[in-house]
Amino acid sequence: MSIQKKSNWELLKNGMFGENTIFRMAISLCPSIAVTNGMKNGMALGIAVMFVQTMVNGTVSLMRNFIHPKIRIPIFMLIIAGYVTIIDLLMATYARPIYKEIGLYIQIIVAFASIFARAEVFANKNKVFPSLVDGFGMGLGFLLAMLVISFFRELLGKGELFGYSLISGNPLLIMILPTGGFLAVGLLMGFFNWIDMRFYGGKGASGV
Amino acid sequence: MATEAKAHELIVSVSPHVRGKETVERIMWTVNLSLLPAFIMSVYYFGPLAAYVTGLCILSAVLSEHIYQVSLKKKTTIGDGSAFLTGLLLGLNLPPSVPFYIPVVGSIVAIIITKLLFGGLGYNVFNPALIGRAFLLISFPKLMTIWSEPTAQFVALDAKTTATPLGILKEGGLDQLMQVFGDKGDLYMSLLMGSRAGSLGETSVIALLIGAALLFYRGYITWHVPFSFLATVGVMAWALGGESGFFTGDPIIHLLSGGLILGAFFMATDYVTCPSIRKGQIIFGIGCGAITMLIRLKGGFPEGVMFAILLMNCFAPLIDRSVKSKMFGAIKEQKK
Repeated sequence: MSIQKKSNWELLKNGMFGENTIFRMAISLCPSIAVTNGMKNGMALGIAVMFVQTMVNGTVSLMRNFIHPKIRIPIFMLIIAGYVTIIDLLMATYARPIYKEIGLYIQIIVAFASIFARAEVFANKNKVFPSLVDGFGMGLGFLLAMLVISFFRELLGKGELFGYSLISGNPLLIMILPTGGFLAVGLLMGFFNWIDMRFYGGKGASGV
Repeated sequence: MATEAKAHELIVSVSPHVRGKETVERIMWTVNLSLLPAFIMSVYYFGPLAAYVTGLCILSAVLSEHIYQVSLKKKTTIGDGSAFLTGLLLGLNLPPSVPFYIPVVGSIVAIIITKLLFGGLGYNVFNPALIGRAFLLISFPKLMTIWSEPTAQFVALDAKTTATPLGILKEGGLDQLMQVFGDKGDLYMSLLMGSRAGSLGETSVIALLIGAALLFYRGYITWHVPFSFLATVGVMAWALGGESGFFTGDPIIHLLSGGLILGAFFMATDYVTCPSIRKGQIIFGIGCGAITMLIRLKGGFPEGVMFAILLMNCFAPLIDRSVKSKMFGAIKEQKK
């Protein structure tokens, strides 16, 4: 059981950039393609994930001494499902129009690899406050990634941002179709890898 | 003594010892040359606009390759003619009256995303020109399906819009196609000469065949891909394309219309994206033909050559792997 020695700021930065869910770890890619056709949807899902990630990390960390290692995975599952139900019902009540579009993906947060991985890798072995910070950082990184992807897709695909028209003329319709999602995620992932390798001496997302 | 002196002159080196004259540059520029008749016919039918669109495609393709490679401090490869060829093929695949940004966007997608990001010439999975066109067709569905009516003698500046023969066939059936073109002989003749609406370079079958003959003469392409492609399209059009039951279709209309000739001879035969084993090339051609006819007869688009070739490009490595001949004397590895 290794205990993290990083400061809180480093934890936050790690979640946002060093181990960014989408651009660095390349996990939870399904929502990054499915709901990033508009910034509104991307932001809503990002905030939902941030909430679930932070709360799950905190709860798992609180209970880490009482969870038997052999049944930890079902327990994590239950905790995640609990928080997803909370955010699902909250959004269904208070954000009805957005929920109608992305409701399915809110429920699918249960199966997100990133949330599960942080519970297993970090929260299960660390104290409560660092776990909360780590969860918040990871969630923030996810939100950031969703915002960047949906920024380009909405701007190029519809000529709009948050639904406000900015560019008139013929937009690149392909960018709001699923194909454009793959294209945007791939190119942005490559771009962030390039920044990492060029300016920070990193080895890219694959780490080879 | 004489033999000793000769022994000193022996040079020990690894193979290949005998090199042919063919180089990538030579092949690429010959293919460019073979597309010249089709280009001239496109200017003849669609006027100066055709030269403008094609030229813009070539210019932006070559420039984007050059700028990308110079900005990454790599050796620029615009001299090998492959960027020129991609631009030319893309230009010949566009409708005549597109706004200026369509060729530019298409060329940038074709060259940078499809070719250079995958590692440059020889590493691309898909045919760059076709990806460029597919990107444009999906992005600008309206602008990419405005077809001009051909007018001869290099003068068309402001042409009427009309539908392609395949579009008419899809919407109104064979009867309406006959009404537009007169009788069958006239229809075949205008399809053969290219006096019909369509993408710039795909209309004139005769000009494309002249170019293809040059490639066959030089041995740059073999019959395997194009003929299995064309044969499959013909058989499927005859068997399934009829309006009054099976085996009543007209294969000649399907063979001469659309982008089939351009696709079969110039794009499906791309060395990089088709299988390299002969048996595999036949499977590749049959697959292309089957998907083309499936899209033409049952799909939402009137023309399916582009998507058929792109889909089969995905399978090219798999086809190559599955038809690889066994090494002599090799024993099949036993499963443990």
